[in-house]
Amino acid sequence: MRKGYIYRIIFVAIVVLSAAWFTVTKPVKLGLDLKGGVYVLLEAKPEDGQKLDNEAMGRLIEVLNRRVNGLGVSESSVQKVGDKRVLVELPGITDTEQAIDMIGKTALMEFKIQNTDGTLGETLLTGGALKSAAVSYDNLGRPQISFELTLDGAAKFAEITRNNIGKQLAITMDGEVQTAPRINSEIAGGQGVITGNYTAEEAKNTASLLNAGALPVKAEILETRSVGATLGDESIAQSKTAGIIAIGLIAIFMVVFYRLPGLVANLALICFGFITFATLNFFDATLTLPGIAGIILSVGMAVDANVIIFERIKEELRFGNTVMSSIEAGFKKAFSTIMDSNITTLIITTILFTLGTGAVKGFAVTLTIGVLASMFTAITITKVLLRGFIMLFKIDKPILFGVRGK
Amino acid sequence: MKIKIIDNRKKFFTFSTILVVLALISLVFKGVNYGLDFTGGNLIQVKFEKTIELKKLNPILDLISTEIPQLDNNSRKVQISDGNVVIIRTPEMSEDMKNKFMKDLEEKVGKYDLLRSDKVGASVGEELKSAAITALLVGLVLIVGYITIRFEFKFALAAVIALFHDIIIAIGGIALLGYEVNTPFIAAVLTILGYSINDTIVVFDRIREVLRKKKVGSLGEAIDLSINQTLTRSINTSFTTFLAILAILIFGGASLKVFITTLLIGVLIGTYSSIFLASPIIYLLDKDKKLDDIVK
Repeated sequence: MRKGYIYRIIFVAIVVLSAAWFTVTKPVKLGLDLKGGVYVLLEAKPEDGQKLDNEAMGRLIEVLNRRVNGLGVSESSVQKVGDKRVLVELPGITDTEQAIDMIGKTALMEFKIQNTDGTLGETLLTGGALKSAAVSYDNLGRPQISFELTLDGAAKFAEITRNNIGKQLAITMDGEVQTAPRINSEIAGGQGVITGNYTAEEAKNTASLLNAGALPVKAEILETRSVGATLGDESIAQSKTAGIIAIGLIAIFMVVFYRLPGLVANLALICFGFITFATLNFFDATLTLPGIAGIILSVGMAVDANVIIFERIKEELRFGNTVMSSIEAGFKKAFSTIMDSNITTLIITTILFTLGTGAVKGFAVTLTIGVLASMFTAITITKVLLRGFIMLFKIDKPILFGVRGK
Repeated sequence: MKIKIIDNRKKFFTFSTILVVLALISLVFKGVNYGLDFTGGNLIQVKFEKTIELKKLNPILDLISTEIPQLDNNSRKVQISDGNVVIIRTPEMSEDMKNKFMKDLEEKVGKYDLLRSDKVGASVGEELKSAAITALLVGLVLIVGYITIRFEFKFALAAVIALFHDIIIAIGGIALLGYEVNTPFIAAVLTILGYSINDTIVVFDRIREVLRKKKVGSLGEAIDLSINQTLTRSINTSFTTFLAILAILIFGGASLKVFITTLLIGVLIGTYSSIFLASPIIYLLDKDKKLDDIVK
């Protein structure tokens, strides 16, 4: 019995200490709504005859990934949602307009012969033949895009230019003519420039789009959300205040109402906090604003398991049982109630997690972790601490539990 | 002190019926004010360097609307808070239109800090509605299943009636307040589902225990005894959760207001229904049965 108790103390100590270590050493990953950034949901729109299978989606995601990397955002993510959607998240980005622009463009470059009446002939070569593109400047210092073709591309390009000397070769981007120089002679080296009246910024973006490649399927932007860093900071500050006040009020209430066990529950609440944040960090979960609300809410619920147990202990004490046996019986009888009532909450959070997106998912994750952590702290940590206090201070007066002894 | 629940059940049923009817009236005549997530469109939230009044802003927006029709007086919704924070909601705009509007805003009104810019396609909003209903139905079915396994079907039936009562009143309350609802509102409604059932189960659990001990003569007595024994717990837990909600409501900022108000109504009504409604419903369903038949 005593030996078992010592093992339990060691177990609880290890859990709490490692949780505390995890909480302190690793910062929590913040969601877009707290950190600021952009969230873009795209849907692939295949054109007639185009097949939208897993492979096409895979290529789409690959191109998007390259584009996002071109933006130089750390922690960015590109993930498939459902069958034909892709979610791009770019935390911490400030120029949201540019980012959305860069992600949504198909960026299909095509080479076509421009007829004398201005109409365009059929596509002779596409951006797929491109090896690389970069910004350069012409004699007057105007930005332009110089490109290099692959071996195959260069051979085709040479053939096209050879057969069309004297005509205009149009280079189009998503159907829009960028430039249409006259072909004076065969171009063999597979190198060229696009002078398209670009600003330096546009030239840079276009070059990086060309490098990332065109989207294999047209993609339409369904949803964009961008949050400025100011709003995120404000939300963090406000929820910190709310959290501290909520925890303070609950802690005071517990001590006033339950005396010694209340104090123990408050200590357990600190452990609960560590365990919750450590678990969030462990799973690399992202904390969102509703997620914070979920945590604060689970503090309110975390004391519930304690309240159920303490009420049971009080009942046992009122029957005239000793302090120690009341505690044993209280924990035992409360167990099934705690299980039943929390499992229904977990059913709900599972649904929220499965069917929800973004913010709702964040809420579901923290509430799930919160509920599990609260069950664990109430059943193990509160019990160990409570028994420890009783043995250490030789407590046998029910009044310390808020019950007048018989 | 002992509360007599079963003897007074008619009063509680009447009270609940009135609340539900009022909620339904508010839902039918006022309706839920769907936000951007449901309707689709654009939302732009900016903080101007100088304070601005609606009187001055409206004519400027009217002027811009000659080029961007989404901004005209009938389709835009403008809200100003803290003197210089402006929220503008419009039907869906293309990226180019939005960028032009942002430029116009800076030129014609003044410098600002972009706090938030959202765009939701109409199809996404429609999907959200059906996803919300699916989530609610799946939740109810799973809860009925769980309670039927752990208790029995009549307990599940009573719990679900109480749940519908809570959810209708919470949604009706939000409709009455006229708050704009978005995705987090769905999360709040589902949380109420979980919270209210949690409370109800604690009472049911005690009823089962009391019945098994066979110390009481009737179902009514058993229910009254169980509710009274768990009353302190029900009130205390609701109170601590209430404290957490109140702290977020007062200090948590505007973004969480609708979410947390929904939870507030839900927690209050959920506590009420698990004490005064769910158990008397079991009594109605089972009162003519022998005690031994109620508990398996």
